[in-house]
Amino acid sequence: MGVWALEAGKYLLLIVLSISFILPLYWMAMSALKNPWQVYAIPPIWFPVPPRWSNYWEAWHVDTFNLYALNTVLRYALPVTLGSVLSNAVVAYGFSRIRWPGRDLLFSICLATMMIPGQVTMVPVFIIFKHLGWVNSYKPLVVPAYFANAYTIFMLRQFFRTIPTELSDAAHIDGAGEFTIMWRIILPLVKPALAVVALFAFMGAWNDYMGPLIYINNTKLYPLTMGLARLNASLNQVGVKDLAYPYLMAVSTIVTLPTIFIFFFAQRTFIEGIALTGLKG
Amino acid sequence: MAALLVKRRWLSVSERRRLLTGLVFVSPWLVGFLIWTLYPLASSLYYSFTRYDLLRPPVFIGLRNYVDLFTSDPHFRVVIPNTLYYVGLGTPLAVATAFLLASLLNTPVIARPTFRAIFYFPSIVPATVIAMIWGYLLNPQYGAINAVLKALGLRAIPFLTSPALAKPTLIAIGMWGSGYYMVLFLATLQNVPRELYEAATVDGATALRRFWHITIPLCSPVILFTLVTGFIYGFQDFTLPWLLTGGGPSESTEFYALHLFRNAFRYLRMGKASAMAWILFIIVVGFTVVLFKSSSRFVYYADTNE
Repeated sequence: MGVWALEAGKYLLLIVLSISFILPLYWMAMSALKNPWQVYAIPPIWFPVPPRWSNYWEAWHVDTFNLYALNTVLRYALPVTLGSVLSNAVVAYGFSRIRWPGRDLLFSICLATMMIPGQVTMVPVFIIFKHLGWVNSYKPLVVPAYFANAYTIFMLRQFFRTIPTELSDAAHIDGAGEFTIMWRIILPLVKPALAVVALFAFMGAWNDYMGPLIYINNTKLYPLTMGLARLNASLNQVGVKDLAYPYLMAVSTIVTLPTIFIFFFAQRTFIEGIALTGLKG
Repeated sequence: MAALLVKRRWLSVSERRRLLTGLVFVSPWLVGFLIWTLYPLASSLYYSFTRYDLLRPPVFIGLRNYVDLFTSDPHFRVVIPNTLYYVGLGTPLAVATAFLLASLLNTPVIARPTFRAIFYFPSIVPATVIAMIWGYLLNPQYGAINAVLKALGLRAIPFLTSPALAKPTLIAIGMWGSGYYMVLFLATLQNVPRELYEAATVDGATALRRFWHITIPLCSPVILFTLVTGFIYGFQDFTLPWLLTGGGPSESTEFYALHLFRNAFRYLRMGKASAMAWILFIIVVGFTVVLFKSSSRFVYYADTNE
């Protein structure tokens, strides 16, 4: 009794919790492989034999998902990633590596904007983009990414501040300008941080549903998230055909795949990025 | 001229040069702030006093939108308590779940990175996909959870189709997706000095007392941070309820963000939506100020350096 029971209880709890956290995702992946007769079986089938791999191919071609994937990556996620990395790096540099009067005041205003919910500015921003004739394009979702955002500035600034000022001072004495110092010395040192920014920006765009819902009406321009929601809606309309749920889960799995890949390759970077935003500052 | 002289006295040549350099570097944010934050804040205040459907120019109607929202709008009366229930209960529960998970992982655990990865993962799955998975799992006729209940001889639970259960169900899904906070807490917990626990153990403090008197106070700044950001994001939560319940059944999950979106982009009531936006802004600022003001009572700062 005592220590051993406590330890056993702890691992039992951890395992039960782990199963309940992973089970919904496991259910998604397994349901994607079900045959028509396995879908409504009671008790539910947790491991379909034989797996019906063709669900993936068929589901992907129920709608123009190739086009949606291209829209998501080329029109939205990649341009946003580029803009976010460039603009936030420059701005965070200005807020941390250069000393200038009024800097801290401006930075506290920048931080305060994090408190403003997106819904507060949503309507006027939509009106601006409507007047510019940008509705039904990705410009309203991409262009603002080139103007930095408070959360990312804050995170990058935390990284920048860990670099000793002596490095910049030495370069200053050699006559280097701020832009050169940033480009040649500081940015190469914070590559992991820039990777975090790129990952967050890419995933933010990849996962975004509300932005495209507001701005994109043309189905030819739909991103994957809207394509998935459309598949779900048609499922409800047509009524449940035998393979409707396996198809829906197959596309859901594909939409989740990049997240899984990025997660396994960059878990450390991610977790460090999160830890840095929360601590200190 | 006078201004120039004053400026001259305040800022030397090199200071002015650095000011200029600094401003150039932060200019992307500064321009973006003016275009996408400051101007919209001001113009949405103006729109909130108008009737505006995007087709015709805005018509000034004074406080009508605000008065209507609070006196004659049957939906808004439901949306406010819905949102307060969802955010006020959901955020603390998600934060508490994350904190308990992190505390559990902060004890000596074999394969800690694996458990951490498992708890973290649901929080990065796209909200659209989460809505699809849970919509299927919780479906009263075809969902696995109710199938298991039925197989055990129990009655099916209308998780998302009963007005009483829809909000708690969404809150539970939020707890499942709280891994982001868990990572944050785990990083904080690992910075708590071991000596404090050792000293307390020597003094005969039980594990529970150590948790209550050392762990919680030392983590309280991060708990406050997560609560504040959690509340702010909670008020904006859109994709999951929109796709999973669509605000139903019988408006039981019609939250603020959904209702605002509907008014703006489905009914094209830009004036009314702007009034709702400003009410939301005031609620969020109020919430944050109250949390920070009261925080001196329960937040412990170990040192004064940043």
